[in-house]
Amino acid sequence: MSNFWIHPALIMFVGAALLPLVPERLRKGFLLLVPMLAFARVMSLDHGLFGQVAFAKWTLTFGRVDKLSQIFGYIMTLMAIIGTLYGLHVKRVGEHIAAWIYVGGSLGAIYAGDFITLFVFWELMALSSVFLIWFRGRKESLSAGYRYLLVHMTGGVALLAGIVIHYHETGSLAFVALNVTHAGLSTYLIATGFILNAAVPPLHAWLPDAYGEATFNGSVFMCAFTTKTAVYALIRGVPGLEILVPLGVIMALYGVVYAVLENDCRRLLAYHIISQVGYMVAGVGLGTELAINGACAHAFAHILYKGLLFMGCGSVLHMTGESKFTKLGGLYKKMPLTFVFTLIGGLSISAFPLFSGFVSKSMIISAGFDDHKFWVGFLLLLASAGTFLHTGLKVPYFIWFGKNNCEKKTWEKAADPGWNMIAAMAIAAFLCIFIGCYTPYLYRMLPYNVPYHPYTLPHISETLQILLFTALGFFLLLKKLEPEAVISLDLDWFYRKGGAAFLWVARRPIQAIDSFVGEIYRIVGLKGLMGTARSVGEFDNAVIDGAVDGFAGGFKRLGASLRRVQRGAVQENLMVAFAIAALILVALIFVF
Amino acid sequence: MNIVRLIDFLRDRLKTVIRLCYAVLALLVLADIVRWALTPATHEAATEGGEHAAGAWAALYRISETAPGFWSAFGFVACALIIILSKWYGHRGIMTREDYYNE
Repeated sequence: MSNFWIHPALIMFVGAALLPLVPERLRKGFLLLVPMLAFARVMSLDHGLFGQVAFAKWTLTFGRVDKLSQIFGYIMTLMAIIGTLYGLHVKRVGEHIAAWIYVGGSLGAIYAGDFITLFVFWELMALSSVFLIWFRGRKESLSAGYRYLLVHMTGGVALLAGIVIHYHETGSLAFVALNVTHAGLSTYLIATGFILNAAVPPLHAWLPDAYGEATFNGSVFMCAFTTKTAVYALIRGVPGLEILVPLGVIMALYGVVYAVLENDCRRLLAYHIISQVGYMVAGVGLGTELAINGACAHAFAHILYKGLLFMGCGSVLHMTGESKFTKLGGLYKKMPLTFVFTLIGGLSISAFPLFSGFVSKSMIISAGFDDHKFWVGFLLLLASAGTFLHTGLKVPYFIWFGKNNCEKKTWEKAADPGWNMIAAMAIAAFLCIFIGCYTPYLYRMLPYNVPYHPYTLPHISETLQILLFTALGFFLLLKKLEPEAVISLDLDWFYRKGGAAFLWVARRPIQAIDSFVGEIYRIVGLKGLMGTARSVGEFDNAVIDGAVDGFAGGFKRLGASLRRVQRGAVQENLMVAFAIAALILVALIFVF
Repeated sequence: MNIVRLIDFLRDRLKTVIRLCYAVLALLVLADIVRWALTPATHEAATEGGEHAAGAWAALYRISETAPGFWSAFGFVACALIIILSKWYGHRGIMTREDYYNE
């Protein structure tokens, strides 16, 4: 038994626990050091199974290291460095702690070799990332955070139910590819848990709701970790599940349609996450080696360019306090560097030759055509046109050019952000171009050894034609695209407005779910696991008076106090509580 | 700031920039036509992927493999379709006032 195997997630957890103790003058160095250590740890991992511990009658595997987990571990820790650098100047320690536990949760899920470990880290991601929404401190943030939790708890229940049934059917808890040719209830339940986190319609509305409301750097973390960890889980668990192909294509187009209507630049980007993850989901559904490689490559490239885009729009929000097109415009004189970086992100997501999207997205589309699923290829190309239309053209145009809708105050505040934010964007921008120009860097990390050459003359010609004629269409139809000061109703309407029954659910959602989960745990005798899960959620009162009224009490109080007290003692207490919780979690999981 | 000066430089000559862009578009299509004219062999060979498949999508695929400038038309039509259909959908009551969810 390899007890001394250090999990990359452990580095993030210990770092998060120690952060409040680090004196302020050393804090920036410490903030950079911890994710770099985690990254270095990922780089130094050997393939194999590590960190195996006996737990009740099962063996938990914390470290399954192979090519698939490595490419995701690599990009996640890399993004953790960039994201932390971007928020380096943020004074509130709690935000960094929440982000790091979130990163650790994602790494834990990626290296998990069994379903129990996966589930614990999976839930930890939701529980820690909600703070990135709450720390924004607006009234809307509080309710958006609750909705985010509610949805993810529901997904967690589906996942857990699937795991339990799967265990009863097969007697195994190993997290390996499930039977997708004769998919049963357990497979579909597990897949439901995964696709909820991947934001597949109709289970997607939480994403723009939450990401548009999170703090300026919280969204940078959130856009990378939840959906892409879900993509990883789909690749690992259900490659070749047929239904994912149409779902992925619908996703790709759905995001594009809502992006046309969107007036808030960060919500627009959030809808484009749905669209881009659609390519990956479709790739997983196709299930061929090229398609799986494509899904991995696209997830890798996507994390960088989407992070870059969220950093660009986050800078605008951070500097001006505005994120709506109807209140921005003409800012190129004030924020030129931010403009250039955002444009690089836009060209990357649009798959321009020499940018990262070009070498990753096309793999999935080629896999569709190779598989004779022509409709997949064409509809994904249609969505590509939409991607360029919005992220490559609409976002830069209506923020940095177009009609100047800025109020005097906004205009005066606007300027390029501080050095650390610029540096984070510069690194991400460099990587976007580097991946696009030097393909072996990314291709060497892919799980399968399938030759693929994106830079062929027909492919370049085809891509340039689609993109540049989309640009022509954009400028000809510019009038129709003028942003409107509206919001667009999405499926979250059903749990935000859907009548009295839903209001009741919304008022007491977490209690109900909690007791339901508790029931499942009790039935299958997973009491021990329940203890772990509870201490994750409850830190506050669990330590003091034991488990009394479930997650809900602790979380409700935490959320409310976060909102009431913008700056003050509560934050400090919370940080300490959070650090203690992280320590307990680490202790529970690693010392068991 | 150099970037700002460059952007202003281009904006001052907007007419020329636009003409240049049109020229690029024309060249792109022209290049595709030349490519098509110079490689007659691909007319048969390129259809290998779709020749046995039936249906509208397969037909579209065969056209895309042979017709020059197909992807230009595809890009333009795609863009127009997305804008017009999405806006139409949005104005069917999906887009609503910003304080809709405020109690």
